[in-house]
Amino acid sequence: MAMQAHPTTCKDCAAPTSSRLERLGVKLGQSDFVVALAGNPNTGKSTVFNSLTGLRQHTGNWPGKTIARAEGGFSYNGKKFKLVDLPGTYSLLSATEDEEVARNFILFGQPDVTVVVVDATRLERNLNLALQVLQITDKAIVCVNLIDEARAHGVTVDGRGLARDLGVPVVLAAARQGEGIDQLLREIDDMANGRSSCRPHRLKYDIPTVQESIEELVDALAKEFPGMPHLEWIALRLLEGDPRIVQAVASGEIGILEKDHVATGTISACGN
Amino acid sequence: MKPEEIVERASELRWKLPQDYHDRWVESIYAESGRIASRNVEQQGKGHRLTWERRLDSLLTNRWTGMPIMVFMLATVLWLTIEGANLPSGWLATILVENGHPFLKGLADSAHLPWWLSGVLIDGLYLTMAWVISVMLPPMAIFFPLFTILEDFGYLPRVAFNLDHLFQRVGAHGKQALTMSMGWGCNAAGIVATRVIDSPRERLIAIITNNFALCNGRWPTQILLATVFLGVLAPPAIAGLVSAGAVLGVALLGVMLTFLSSWILSRTVLKGETSTFTLELPPFRPPNLLRTLYTSLIDRTLIVLWRAIVFAAPAGVVLWSICNIQLDNTSLAQWMINILNGPGWLIGLNGVILVAYIVAIPANEIVVPTVLMLTVMTTGVTGVGEQGAGVMFDASGDSALALLLNTAGWTTLTAVCLMLFSLCHNPCSTTIYTIWKETKSLKWTLVSTLMPVVFGIVICGFVAFFWRMFTGWS
Repeated sequence: MAMQAHPTTCKDCAAPTSSRLERLGVKLGQSDFVVALAGNPNTGKSTVFNSLTGLRQHTGNWPGKTIARAEGGFSYNGKKFKLVDLPGTYSLLSATEDEEVARNFILFGQPDVTVVVVDATRLERNLNLALQVLQITDKAIVCVNLIDEARAHGVTVDGRGLARDLGVPVVLAAARQGEGIDQLLREIDDMANGRSSCRPHRLKYDIPTVQESIEELVDALAKEFPGMPHLEWIALRLLEGDPRIVQAVASGEIGILEKDHVATGTISACGN
Repeated sequence: MKPEEIVERASELRWKLPQDYHDRWVESIYAESGRIASRNVEQQGKGHRLTWERRLDSLLTNRWTGMPIMVFMLATVLWLTIEGANLPSGWLATILVENGHPFLKGLADSAHLPWWLSGVLIDGLYLTMAWVISVMLPPMAIFFPLFTILEDFGYLPRVAFNLDHLFQRVGAHGKQALTMSMGWGCNAAGIVATRVIDSPRERLIAIITNNFALCNGRWPTQILLATVFLGVLAPPAIAGLVSAGAVLGVALLGVMLTFLSSWILSRTVLKGETSTFTLELPPFRPPNLLRTLYTSLIDRTLIVLWRAIVFAAPAGVVLWSICNIQLDNTSLAQWMINILNGPGWLIGLNGVILVAYIVAIPANEIVVPTVLMLTVMTTGVTGVGEQGAGVMFDASGDSALALLLNTAGWTTLTAVCLMLFSLCHNPCSTTIYTIWKETKSLKWTLVSTLMPVVFGIVICGFVAFFWRMFTGWS
């Protein structure tokens, strides 16, 4: 992150962030892109959120600090981004309210980019959530936060290796010190504008009959609701008998959910 | 296939799946995380901080040492606040009350303002605000940063961990420890924070009992009364400790009342099972001192102070008005005080205090300033600062405040009962509104508002009765 304050005319180089980043706080207006922030509790999501938006959402060293969904905005390279701070969750598989909010927003809020913030000192545990997010979205960036703490613990994280294994961009950051925020901004910008492509690492449902059942349901769903994304996920939830999804499919509402994705995202994600 | 048929097919297929496929799916995710992490993370050496953290954690969350350490930490914070706030409070009072007030009065006289206008603006509005600032700013400017440092360091989740078992025993949710801690900052914030509790039953318990967590607006009241009335009972050397101990006692009584009322609620109107939750003890993090100072000074101290001033200013006008509007040659305030003196006496208080609690419903912060203003206006003692006693907030025993309140007939019993009543009375109007917004239920808003008052009247009544039994009826 050798970013000096020299203005540069080179088009491909990273110019000083200060000239490109404009923190918009809550003055959102119409935004060009929506970015979701997901992550385990207490990984510094809110700190990342604050350093991008210039807001001072109260952060604290305890899990579950973000109670309502927080929204803020920033402008980068002339484009407006809306940033949504989702509640911290350990997974996306169970039925707690927080997880449902996060899951529904990633699925149906259709963010242009989902940033998964993970704790560098507890990477193994945090990657569970990252893998689950990669399961349901193509456009994700993994932000390995608290890298300063990891260093103090004698832990080194190989960002490139991680990016290769996960198939998505990985940014090493220490949001409290502002380290890595520039690079995170660039990655968000590139991904939102379609300049970077990624092929997220997807786990196969490598369990007898599960993969076949999912495939059969996906085919059926694709015929009934053409063009709907996340069919695999919906099929899996149907198999598990998730009452909300079962009802949404049976009544055909799942299609409406899809068409009206932004509004639905807001309603289901606000939930208060 | 029609949508209904897809759903049907899905439930058919479900029967063919292996029983444990969900577990196996989770397992495969965990295994993959493990593989990826082990490929990309390198641990050099043993990581000294980890062993250090583990030791600290086993001390802080130990069954025997956890609680005493918690009480000790709170006591230290209170003691530092009380000892440290003395001097700056005195300075502010000298500047704002002792010198500022006569100066503005003089200015108003030379500008030939009508008496009522200068009365409303300077004796009402300005003086109330001056009291609020000099009494509240120094304790808050010390208390909040200290509290924020503990929070940033990661101590609060340990508190929650220590208290979880107790909350479970009284049929409440363990996260109520967190919302209670938030309540120590601000009850309205604490009530919003109860959203972290998923079960509606346990959430209601947390909302109703949150008022027993002393809030911003009430810490200064406690600290002030403890310093002026209880600190003086002890030799000067340990006056600070005694005052801190008294405030700590009230705060802990609040915690006990939280448990008691949670227990009563969960055994009667809010019966049900206690739900479980995951609480991760976050790593200890060195607090970022500058940022802590900034957030606690700007976000908490100044905002709370601003709120106090915003509410104090109109309250000052109201106060001046009820003190100066005459009915049968007696001011309205005096009428109210005379009516409330009887019931006030029964619970160890007096009419002035009860009138103050009525005027101060918008904000707890202004209870003490209101009491002072009412006392000044009704006893006819003119401007405390001008008496020349100087220091307003001092444990020396002959401080202006002690003199004033003793003239008005206050005793140690009055102070003790006021401290108890300050812990147990209705929440401020902001909190009541927040409860309404969160519960959308008139019934529970009323319960949350009135239950603490009932507790307060019963407790103060008992204390006053037994106190007088042992010290003679006065």
